[in-house]
Amino acid sequence: MSAPNQGADRGADYRGGSLSGAFLALVRRDLLLAFRRRTELLFPVIFLLVVISLFPLGIGPGPQLLARIAPGVIWIAALLATVISLDALFRSDFEDGTLEQFVISGHPLTLIALAKIATHWLVAGLPIVLLSPLLALWMNLPAESLGVMVLTLLLGTPILSLIGSIGVGLTISLKRGGQLLSLLVFPLYVPILIIATAAVMATSDNLPYTQFLGLLAAGLITSVTLAPFATAAALKISLS
Amino acid sequence: MNTNVNHPSKPRKSALVLFIHKLGSPPWFYAFSGKLIPWLWLLFGIMTAWGLYLGLVKGPADYLQGESVRIMYIHVPSAWMSWMIYAVMAGLGFITLVWRIRITEILAMSSAPIGAAFTLVALASGSLWGRPTWGTYWVWDARLTSELVLLFLYLGVMGLYNAIDEPRKAARAACLLALVGVVNLPIIHFSVKWWNTLHQPNSISFTGGSSIDASMLWPLLIMAIAVKFYYAANLLSRARVKLLEQDLRKAWVRNVVPRDLPRVGPDVVHRDRGN
Repeated sequence: MSAPNQGADRGADYRGGSLSGAFLALVRRDLLLAFRRRTELLFPVIFLLVVISLFPLGIGPGPQLLARIAPGVIWIAALLATVISLDALFRSDFEDGTLEQFVISGHPLTLIALAKIATHWLVAGLPIVLLSPLLALWMNLPAESLGVMVLTLLLGTPILSLIGSIGVGLTISLKRGGQLLSLLVFPLYVPILIIATAAVMATSDNLPYTQFLGLLAAGLITSVTLAPFATAAALKISLS
Repeated sequence: MNTNVNHPSKPRKSALVLFIHKLGSPPWFYAFSGKLIPWLWLLFGIMTAWGLYLGLVKGPADYLQGESVRIMYIHVPSAWMSWMIYAVMAGLGFITLVWRIRITEILAMSSAPIGAAFTLVALASGSLWGRPTWGTYWVWDARLTSELVLLFLYLGVMGLYNAIDEPRKAARAACLLALVGVVNLPIIHFSVKWWNTLHQPNSISFTGGSSIDASMLWPLLIMAIAVKFYYAANLLSRARVKLLEQDLRKAWVRNVVPRDLPRVGPDVVHRDRGN
């Protein structure tokens, strides 16, 4: 797919034909679009903060109880924030027809899906990771658990974006796919939630936790390899 | 030269392959399954009556669990079926996505409600058994929890299938979701299993010796086979209805459905009014 694309107007900039060029061009474009709408960029982060702050209000401010439920609460809030931000993954591209142009562009749709997912994580997942020390502070998580908490989020949130993208691909043609999307992806998030919270809880009980991080890393590698293909297949079905 | 001899480069299909190919055609499938269904219901009836008689009347009560152990004859086969049907659905979904065979697509989508029903039965009977045994209706125990997640997966497949208007597109999307689910199911199952320990250990295993007495094992196995006939009969019945619905305007349906029966569908309604 080199010859016809080489003459593309921004060829020099985007190295039009090559796979990595297409990937980087797409990531750059989506990041640019995201940063042009900065307030929208903040919504998932604010959502996360609001949800977390509801827990002490609903359960009570007892520091020991909060510390006990902190890993689960932070992780569940991360799941919710991810699912809320997922719908934007392909929405605007689907509505203005860009997605169809991607399909006929000659570049593998799997690669395009991977680029979109990577951008989604940078925009929606990474802020959660960066914000997690503050959340841990709010939830009175012990300091020795903080590092592992951040690590589980770092390894786990990309999996959330990857698995979630399959659900988005399947529901993109529906006008109100958001509610259905949560039904589709939450069951698939169960293992991540279990393993990640187990890792954090192990640290507060002074138990070994590296095996859980290993499992999360394995899950990340597996989903990076498989999920983009499933997303591409789902998008093709939705566009048919 | 004898013209009846097949060309050597085109080997004749074996009877079995030919039969499977024929089943892919809706009229053939409709006719064949119509003949099969009464036998499946009959076998289901006989096996169920036999299994329940052995289990509920002849079989002994458990020395620990008492009479409530008899819930097992419904609960365990339902739980087995709930997992098996998901695997079958995903297998049919794979065939659908690769070869785009319409019959497997319809079979996969007809499997989902049956599997969900079995999951629900397993959950309900499990919690009824839990009340006298554990002293509570619901425990976040590994097997109940993974059964619950399985129910959510079924509901997702059914929800997606019903949300998309065009039936063939809906079926392909739901089949892909079923495939994603089947990749995740072992991970979900083992993570949940590891997450919890309260449940009894497996008492039936096919590799090692079984810790269950023959007087309880036989009715259980008979019931396990009976529900498979139920699945087959129910599946084929549902698939036949779906086929008729989708092919309402095709010639073969007009030949199959008796003329005197009231027809469904807007175009037919108009014609009837005209008369």
